[in-house]
This record gives sequence, C-alpha cells and structure tokens, in this order.
Amino acid sequence: MMPDLGRYAIEVISAYAVSLALIVVLVVISWRRAQVVRARLREVERRREADG
Amino acid sequence: MSSLWEYANPKRFMQLSGSMLPWVSGLAALCLVVGLYWGFFLTPDDFRQGSTVKIIYLHVPSALMAINAWLMMLVTSIIWLVRRHHVSALAARAAAPVGATFTVIALATGAIWGQPMWGTWWVWDPRLTSFLILFLFYLGYIALWEAIEDPDTAADLTSVLCLVGSVFALLSRYAVLFWNQGLHQGATLSLDKEENISDVFYFPLLVSIAGFVLLFVALVLLRTRTEIRVRRLRALMARERMA
Repeated sequence: MMPDLGRYAIEVISAYAVSLALIVVLVVISWRRAQVVRARLREVERRREADG
Repeated sequence: MSSLWEYANPKRFMQLSGSMLPWVSGLAALCLVVGLYWGFFLTPDDFRQGSTVKIIYLHVPSALMAINAWLMMLVTSIIWLVRRHHVSALAARAAAPVGATFTVIALATGAIWGQPMWGTWWVWDPRLTSFLILFLFYLGYIALWEAIEDPDTAADLTSVLCLVGSVFALLSRYAVLFWNQGLHQGATLSLDKEENISDVFYFPLLVSIAGFVLLFVALVLLRTRTEIRVRRLRALMARERMA
C-alpha cells in the first residue's frame, strides 16, 4: 500500500523513478553486453577448434 | 600478499568471479529490495523535511558509491601503473560507467531533494560543485578509454587521469569540512550517536547502502569479465586475420 507522501509526493516518487530507471538501464546494458561478447567469443573459439 | 596477486591472472580471476557473481548479485538484489522497501514504505516522515527524507535511501548510498567507485579505480589504476596487471586496468575501466551512473543518481536525487528543502535545484556549493566536476571526470575517463586504440596506452593515460580526478573525489567527500559554507549539510552518518541520524532512518539506510555496495561489486565483476573476454576476442580475431 502506498504511503501518504503529502505535498512532496511528486519529488519523492520522481527521485525513486529516476534512480531505479538508471539502475535498471545500467544492469540491462551490462548484462546484454556480457551475453553478446560471451556468445561471440564462444563462436570464434569453436571456429578455431574446428580449424585445428 | 602473494596469493592476492594470483587473481591478477585473468584465468584465475574468471574462475573466482564466476563463482562469486551469482551470490553477490542475489545478495545485492535482496539488500536493495529490503532497504528501499523498508525506507519507502515503513519509515515515518521527518518532522522538518516531511516525506522527502525518504530520498535519503537513494541519495546517500549513491553519493557514497560515486566517490568510492573512483577510489577503487584509483587503487586499480595505481596497481596497473606499478605492476602492469591487465585485470586491474580492465577493472578500473569496468567500474567507470557504474560510478558515473551513481554520480548521476546522486546529483539528480540531490536536486530533486534540494528544490523543496532549499528552494533551488542547484547551487554552486563546494560539495555540489566538486561532485559535478567528479562526474565530468568520469565522462572524460570513459571517453579517453574509447578514444585510444592501443589498450596499454589507454590504460596508462586513463590511470593518470584517475590520479588527477581523485582530488575531486576526495574534495566531494570533504568539501563541507574544508569550506564551512554552502547549503549542503555535513556527513549524514556518524559514529557519534548524538550526531548520527535517528535509528528509525539509520537501519534501513544501512541496508540500502549494503545493496548499493553489493550492486557495484556485482556490476564491476560482470563488466570486468566482459572486458577480459573482449580482450581475448580481439586477440583471437587478430590471429585469424594474420593466419
């Protein structure tokens, strides 16, 4: 249940919204890049093994 | 100390970080959810600041980590300059975007909090100004890594930039003590019970700080692993081109 934030509701909610959005974006970008690089490295290593 | 340097070996680092990462990530998520839920939903309003006191659970941990991320980069940069361990240079590179994001969160939540309390979004107060300069150093650091093709040269130059920027990281922490002026108050947390904030705000704040610290560690581990893989990928592709 939402607490009563009184006359500062906009300030408090916007602070949380901005912060959580930035954290989520940072986590998603970091995780996505990790996945892409790992897949690419696996592909190159597999190709090298196949080529001997 | 010799055992610590074993983790400068990329293979050892990948093994250790691979086993640590799920635990650190899970603990970070748990502490963040508990700390922010506790702070937002279960703490009372402050008698002077009203509900804006709830911003403390984001502002203080992010500001703390913005400074400490740079200090971590300083340590790893010095290790690179002195001992030439590649993992330490890559860890510094991995930490920069995380530290920059925490700096933006600290600046944004500070402005949002400052508007109703001080009557202004921004003031050229020593702490705020040094924090803004620290953010510009983060941007410069990230840009320098991207701009230089040779990784060792990039690591050298960014390490030197990191040493210079450390002055502002320390200033943003101690500016209130150096210059007794400006709107920003002194340290929120204190070992002195009289000066420290009330327990009702203090304990959720500690959990939230733990969440931010663990999130930083998790992201730096993840991003450093990615940087190591990128380095290996480039080396393999260069060999393929030469073959």
